Amino acid sequence: MDTVNVFGDPIVGRLGPLPVTQATLTALAVSALVVLAAAVLRRAVLRRPGSLLATVADFAVQFPEQIVTDIVGRHVPWLSVIAGSLFYFLAACSVAGQLPQVRTPTSNLGITSALAVLVFLAVPVAGIRARGLWGYLRHYVSPSPLMLPLELMSEISRTFALSVRLFGNMLSGYLIVALLVALVGVFIPTPLMALDLLIGLLQAYIFTILSVVYIGAALRVQEKS
Amino acid sequence: MTEQTLYLVMGAVSIVVAGLTTAIGAFGAALGESRIGSAAMDALARQPDEEAAITRNLFVTLAMVESTAIFCLVIALILLFANPYTAGLTA
Repeated sequence: MDTVNVFGDPIVGRLGPLPVTQATLTALAVSALVVLAAAVLRRAVLRRPGSLLATVADFAVQFPEQIVTDIVGRHVPWLSVIAGSLFYFLAACSVAGQLPQVRTPTSNLGITSALAVLVFLAVPVAGIRARGLWGYLRHYVSPSPLMLPLELMSEISRTFALSVRLFGNMLSGYLIVALLVALVGVFIPTPLMALDLLIGLLQAYIFTILSVVYIGAALRVQEKS
Repeated sequence: MTEQTLYLVMGAVSIVVAGLTTAIGAFGAALGESRIGSAAMDALARQPDEEAAITRNLFVTLAMVESTAIFCLVIALILLFANPYTAGLTA
């Protein structure tokens, strides 16, 4: 039980007053790799259009755009950028978690909460940009002022649910594999690792879809009036 | 009752409650997910050409229902690994 660190996050170094933990390092490395892959794909599109890498880049850009178009009903470029960043970061995190000695950064409650707070803050920004400050604030009391506490509570609880859902799914996969390794040995957990990878990709997709739904709902206030 | 006995009782209660939390949470989520699955199969049988949209919504809904079970699991893990009332046991 000493080797399985469920809620804690070992500190590996300090950057001035800031402690740098294992999850921070892994998340930064994953981000760097995703940015590097994006740069390679961009170079392929610019230099050799029609090559295999350019096709992959085309698909990688179309996928979040398709999600946004399906949910919001029209093309919103900046929302596609948010959706794509979230999906590729989360997917890369869950793939990185399959490497030996690497723990998925999303099995840390701090990192999933940070992502959920990002979505929580993007909702009013999108709403105010689409409809102005007064128009956005009015949707909290739109049918009647009785809805105000319910709307506020739903904004907070869905942010909480977003972070805990991702955290719980990733942590449960990690714990199952860790328990099986401790109990039976090395090769038995392989099918469960495959299941963990599938669940990780699915949760990345769901986190993206729910973020787009929440931000898109703030945008759609504009079209109703 | 000494302090050590109190910690032991709290630890035993926490373990039992953690098991119950996961069991009941998984029970409810399993019932809900089975209904979603059967409804999706029904829809697929009626409209096979809507397969892509049905499958996408199926996975999203399944994961949202599953998250209640995951919340129960997180509460059970807090009871087992980060329980403030049994912190004195390991110290």
